[in-house]
Order: sequence, then C-alpha cells, then structure tokens
Amino acid sequence: MKQIALRVNGRSFTVTVDPETPLLFVLNDDLGLRGPRFGCGMAQCGSCTVIMKGQLVRSCVMPVGKVGSNEITTLEGLGTPEKPHPIQQAFIDEGASQCGFCLSGVILTAKAVLDGKPQASDDEIRTALGGVLCRCFTHNRMLRAIRKYADANKQHALPA
Amino acid sequence: MHSRRDFLKTGGALVVSFGAVTGLNAQGPFDTHPSHIDPKKLDSWLAVGADGVITAYTGKCDFGQGIFTAQTQLVAEELGVSVARVKLIQCDTSITPDQGTTSGSQSTPTNFNAQSLGLAAATAREALLNLAADQLANPVDKLTIKDGVISSAEGKHISYGELLGGKHFNLPLNANAKRRSPAQWTLLGQPVPSLDRTALMTGQFEFVHSIRVPGMLHGRVVRPPGMGASVASVDERSVQQIPGFRKVVVRKNFVGVVAETQHAAERAARQLAVRWNLGPELPPQKSIFEHLQKQPSQDALAVDSGNVEQALAAANNVLRARYTYPYQMHGSVGASCAVADVKANQATIWSATQSVYPTRSVIAKLLDLPPDNVRVVYVRGSGCYGLNGADAVSFDAALLSHAVGRPVRLQFSRQDEMMWENLGAACVVEHRAALAPDGTIAVWDRENWVASLGNRPGYDRPGNVISGMLLGYEPEALKIGPAKPPAGKLRNQSNTVPSYFAGCINGACSGGGTIRAERALTHTVRSPFFTGPLRSPLRIQNTFATECFMDELSAQAKADPVEFRLRHLNDVRVIGVIQAAAKAAGWEPHSPSRPKTGVAIGRGIACVDYEGGNGYAALIAEVNVDMDTGLVHPTRFVVAVDCGPISNPDGLTNQTEGGILQGMSRALVEEVTWDNRRITSVDWQSYQSLHLDYDMPKVDVVFVAPENVPALGAGETAITVTPAAIGNAIFDATGARLRHLPFTPERVKAALAAR
Repeated sequence: MKQIALRVNGRSFTVTVDPETPLLFVLNDDLGLRGPRFGCGMAQCGSCTVIMKGQLVRSCVMPVGKVGSNEITTLEGLGTPEKPHPIQQAFIDEGASQCGFCLSGVILTAKAVLDGKPQASDDEIRTALGGVLCRCFTHNRMLRAIRKYADANKQHALPA
Repeated sequence: MHSRRDFLKTGGALVVSFGAVTGLNAQGPFDTHPSHIDPKKLDSWLAVGADGVITAYTGKCDFGQGIFTAQTQLVAEELGVSVARVKLIQCDTSITPDQGTTSGSQSTPTNFNAQSLGLAAATAREALLNLAADQLANPVDKLTIKDGVISSAEGKHISYGELLGGKHFNLPLNANAKRRSPAQWTLLGQPVPSLDRTALMTGQFEFVHSIRVPGMLHGRVVRPPGMGASVASVDERSVQQIPGFRKVVVRKNFVGVVAETQHAAERAARQLAVRWNLGPELPPQKSIFEHLQKQPSQDALAVDSGNVEQALAAANNVLRARYTYPYQMHGSVGASCAVADVKANQATIWSATQSVYPTRSVIAKLLDLPPDNVRVVYVRGSGCYGLNGADAVSFDAALLSHAVGRPVRLQFSRQDEMMWENLGAACVVEHRAALAPDGTIAVWDRENWVASLGNRPGYDRPGNVISGMLLGYEPEALKIGPAKPPAGKLRNQSNTVPSYFAGCINGACSGGGTIRAERALTHTVRSPFFTGPLRSPLRIQNTFATECFMDELSAQAKADPVEFRLRHLNDVRVIGVIQAAAKAAGWEPHSPSRPKTGVAIGRGIACVDYEGGNGYAALIAEVNVDMDTGLVHPTRFVVAVDCGPISNPDGLTNQTEGGILQGMSRALVEEVTWDNRRITSVDWQSYQSLHLDYDMPKVDVVFVAPENVPALGAGETAITVTPAAIGNAIFDATGARLRHLPFTPERVKAALAAR
C-alpha cells in the first residue's frame, strides 16, 4: 500500500492503495466517479477510457502507480449536466445513446482526436474509434454527433 | 425538466435509507406499501403529491431501449400534465407491481394499451375529474385539464395537488376508463428526448456498476474450466497472503472470493488454487448441427395440414434447403455486476436483472429466506439484449454477501461473462417446397432443430443459468417425445410459421398467407451450452431461414422477390410494410449484372410478422460484394416498421437503427467458438463485433402507423429481418446463396465457387 497523489478533473486527491491497482478501480471506488466503467479489463472495448496529458488511456490496464502527476480527465470532467461540453451537447442533441455504457470511450476518443486535428475527416475519426465498442449499435447517431461537434469547432477555429 | 439524474438522486436516497434500516416492523421487513403492489388497485401504479407531482410505478424497466421516457410520456399524456411533473419509479420489488420480466417486446403491448400502467393513468384521470366535478360544481364534460389543473368554463379551477395531494385514490383500476386516442395525443407520439441523456453524456448516470453501499466488500467468481466440471479441491492458503483478502466461498461447485478492494479480489480470483474434475468433452464445432439433429428431441407442431408428404411426392422440382444459425452472444459491453447486502433475515440486491420479482424469488430460495424478506432494486446495467449475465451475477453476489455478512459488490470478468452466458441458440432449419404451374407455392414443409439448455430462471429455476447449476440445481428438463397435433389458435411466438402459410388448424386459418399444404415442426434438443433469450430469440434464426428460402423459391419462379412475396400474402399489415419499404427504396424489378470480378452490387428484401401479431417490419438491404475477397459490405438499409401507434418516434428510430446494425453485426461477424472443453470466444478479439470504425450504412426508417389498433412491440422486429435481407442481397449481387451465418469472406467465397 502506498499514498498516491492524483490530479483528476482539476482537483487533487490522495489515495492509499496498492500502486498496481488499475486506475479505473481508484476512479470508481476511491473517487466515486461514474464516467469510466469496467467493460473488459483488457483494453479491448474503451468503456474505461480517460484522457491523460491529452492522450487516451484505457484506465482498466493502467496501474495507478504509473500515473504520476499527470492530469486525468474523465467523462464527467468535460462538462456538467448544467453546462455540458460542446461535444457532450452534440451527443445530447443527436440522442446518440442507447444504454450509454460505452460513452466514455466514444466521446473522449472523439474529443482527443479532434483536439489533435480539428479538420479530421469522418474516415480519420472512425479509424481512431477502432478500439471502441458499442453493442447497442448507436454508431450512426454517434458519428453524426461527432461530425456536428467537429464542424461547429472548425467554425470557431476560423479567424474572426 | 425532471431529468433521469434527479430521479436517481431520489432513488439513490431511498436505497441508502433502506440500507440503513435495521430491525423489522410488525407488518414485515419492508415498508412495501401493500396498496402499492396489488395490480388491481390504482394506488399501486400512481400517486399524486401535494406538490402536484405524479409518481408512477412500473414493472417494465429501461435498459437503454427508451421505455422509461415513453412510460413517462404515457402517464403525462393520460393525466394531462407535462413530462416534468411525472416521476417514474421502475422495477423495485418493494414499491412497484410485479410485471414479471421486461422482455419479449412486451412492455409496450402490456403498458400502453387498455391495461396496467396505461389503464391506471386513464383511471386516475377520470377519478381526478370526478373529484373536481364535485369541488367545482360542474359536470365532468364541462371541465378541462391543463398541466395538472382542472378548470370549468366560468374560470373556477383546482389542481391535482389540491384535490388529492398525498392521499390515496382507494379505487380499483377501471376497465372502462377511456384511454386517450392517438388523435388526441399531445405528448405521446412526440419525439421527447430520452430523459437519461444529459446524465449519460456527462458521466453522471448511475449504473449498477456505480452503486456503492457503506461497508461494502468486493467479490469475484472463479468459474470452472468448462461445462460439467466439478470442484475437486480448493486451497485457501494460495490466497491468504494477499493484502485485503477476506474469504474464499465454496458452495458445491460455486467458487468465489471476497476482498476489501476490487484489485485484491481480482488477484485472489486469479491466484486461487482450485483443482477441477473435468466434465465430458464437447461435440466438435465443425459438426455441431449434425450433432444437434441426432439428439432426442421435444417436438412441437405449430401447423400441419396433413398432406405435405403427398403434395411433395406429387410435385416435380421439389426445392430443398438447409439453413444453419450459429450460437451467438449477448456480449454486453459492460461485464455484469450486482451489489448484494444480505443480513441475517433480509437481503437487498441492486441488480440489472430484467426480472426483479423472479430474481427476488430465486434469491430467496438460494438464501432460504421468505421472498418478502428479499428486495431486488433494478439499476441499469450495460445493454443486455436479453438474458445476459445480470441474473447470474445477482445470484452470485447474494451468495458472497451471505457468506461474509457484509454487502458485496460482484463484478464479472470479461471471460466470466462470455464463457458462461445463456447464448443465443444454434438452430437448423430444413425446408422442402414446390411450385405449382401457376408460379405460386403449392406446398411448404419446414422442420427445425433448436439447441436448448436452461433459460430465464423464472421464479424457481436457478439451474437455468450457470450460478444455479454450480449449486446443484438442474436446468428445466426437455419433455422428449413426439409432437401432438396442432390444436387451438395458431401460435407463432418463435416465428416458425412463415407469413405465407394459411396457418389452418382444424379449419380455422389465422396465418398471414395463402399456402395451404403447410407444416412447421420444431425439434428442441439439449444444447451443450446454456441458451437463453437473445434479442429476437429463435425469431431471427427462423426468419433468416424462412425469408432466404422464400427468395430461393422466388428465384425458381423467376419472379421479383417483392412481387413474389405479395403473391402469397393476405395479411394487410405485412403487405403494408413490404409496399412501404419497396416504395421508400425505389424498388423496381431488375436483372442484376452479376460481374465475375470487382464489386458486385445487390439488394434483398425480408419481412416479418413478429411473433404472429406483435409488430411488422420489411427491410431492404443494399450490399456490395467484393468478388475477389468475398467481403460483404452493406451500403444502405431501408426499413418500414408497423408497431401500431408510436409512443416516441425518436426512440423508435433509435431502436430500429440499432436493431438493424446489431443484426448486421450478427449476420457478418458474430459466432461463438469452442474447443473440446470450453467456449473459446471469451473476449473482443475472439468474439467479433463491428466496432465504431466500421463504415456503417445509412438506415432509412419509414413508419407505417395504422389507427385504431393496439400498440405493439418494436425493439425486435427490425433485427429479425436483417440477416435474411443481407443474405438475399448477396444472392442478388452474385447468384450465390448463403445458408449459414455469419457471412464471412471465406463462406462467401465458398458459396461463389459452388454456384
């Protein structure tokens, strides 16, 4: 057991855990976060996705001891129900969910890709989502929401 | 707007306060509000608060199919209040009526017609109007309702809260209470955004995976290495040094571990030294269908005109075909999870089960408690599409909590989930049919073999899923023996009877079609694996075989597949969806070019009268087939759906699109695999599913919504026709007939070579 300091969604936490503990379990059990969820424990489905230093991380296979001082963002770190992040708002507007279990993987992956390349094409976005699984098959609505967000973002990025 | 999150906040508070309750009162362990449970009483379904908020109680729960929102609309519509004024509580055995299982496309038929929740809401509206008539000294027909306020023409008004706030109705459901008709609807029929959306997108939504109870420990199970294996020995010393380890729980062949953290529980489950006696070897995968066809069977005849052998013997050009359908998985994206808090004489289980009351009953049996001392609270899990691991994990969590006397959260591993779920059944269908000289089908005989082991556990069958079997309970036994002659009304729950059959039993013909020399015989045989309802259970298997064979007959008759279907149909609703889909897709008779190399383009149609009267769909699939690689790529779907009056068109579209794309994944890539001992498709590399990188086709959804008919199910109709529509499109493109799912490139190439 070890004391570990974490920065998650802009706040600081200290937890006392085995450093080998997957980050996901710490986020769920110690920090009470609901966004990242256990799907497979093998980095195959994306349900546990978080963003660390701008990079996508499968928190089910990331030992918490390896996180260091890197800032972690989970789905609930993007926006709030009162003030959703624009990509969350696009998903709300398009009704891009059924059970919704997979959404951390879908939304955070799309956001990270578009943060890195705002002009990403649909093919590029889809390719980036290759490791993300939605078993309700809400694919079309999700892609539509992502496109809507990307297009709005591109407009904002244009010089005034 | 009253969001799902707000509901859960209050729901969560309720849960926690219940968890803190100790000691039993004289009426029983829980404040179950007996009046809230008798389904004949209005107070079981609805309550009016002093603040005018309508609390509604339903036994049909939302897994993501949108029924929470639709039921909220239903109550709001009947009571003349805004959606925001309705607080819906779903599936909690202490406060909601027992509506069995939320499954089988039955939520809409059950709660949206003249019974149950819909009737309760209509009864409540009339009761409130009657109360207001007294108070306002006006006859009911002079009163109007606006957002929970009843007014008279001269401007007197009174609110629901003032009329009844906090008091019981003390009325029975009135079977004659008039439901509002679709023509009067202002809220039902509207695309109200699903109420869970904002909480889901912002990561706030409470899944069963997020439930945390004070004092809670963490569990994992240790499953056998294959079917039929039994525990030889368990060495607890192998895990005792793991920090946070608490207990090994062994009950017959059930093995589990409990620890203070998930990490410690996972380590203990991995490290625990268990010696197993192996069970019998499994039948080889490559000959599974032959194996199934050789087993002793429980037979049933849905229809039998008695003259099919004669008619086939008299015909020349009898067309025969054998269709096979593999085992497939629910494969929920989240591995199943439940939280159980078992005390000396009572238990609470937070579960994603589709069946809170049956689950309560089974858990009571496993724990040897009276059912009234067990409370099962539904909390959404990962989408289930039928019987996934939700019931099994709830049973197991209860066992672990019972063993340690503390609340336990049990999370299955991916392998626990996929190796031991109740699979969608493997199925064989053999057809024989012949055309008459006029180009109509003269005779059609259809015989199918269905693999079956276990099912939903129901109220008293724990052995129908792995958890119960490990404890020594048997799955429900098949009644091996020949079929009785068909009697009574035509039953087509599993869609064994094609829509084109006249469906005559003792002179009464209630099938959808014209074929009178007809037989549908089913052999149910023991499966080597657990099976259970998977979205469109047996309906998708049967419809794949029927609708592709119909296409074969159409080709033999050199007819257009749409026209050929219509030639054999009387049912106006099946005809209606076919015509609507054909029109929307711009379907015209054509002669496919069928190139030898490059990309071949084709289109195919399939239709269904789901379960014989529970929804109608016709789907046209357009596909590209790469003649060199055998790769099939659907490029467009056009579907027409008729489920009667539509509660929420946005929800229906979402379900229909999702159903079709899920059906496409099942048609193209999904197949359970095994070796001589165990299922080997146990993760997302070994079990294929189309991930989000797949270039999904556009789905155009057309509604056919006749008036003055009951509301029907809609979550399973579109998926049912998808594999057949794709198979028929492949034939159209290439002339190759695919009779086995999934349509992998290898199978497509083999079929191309066999043309």
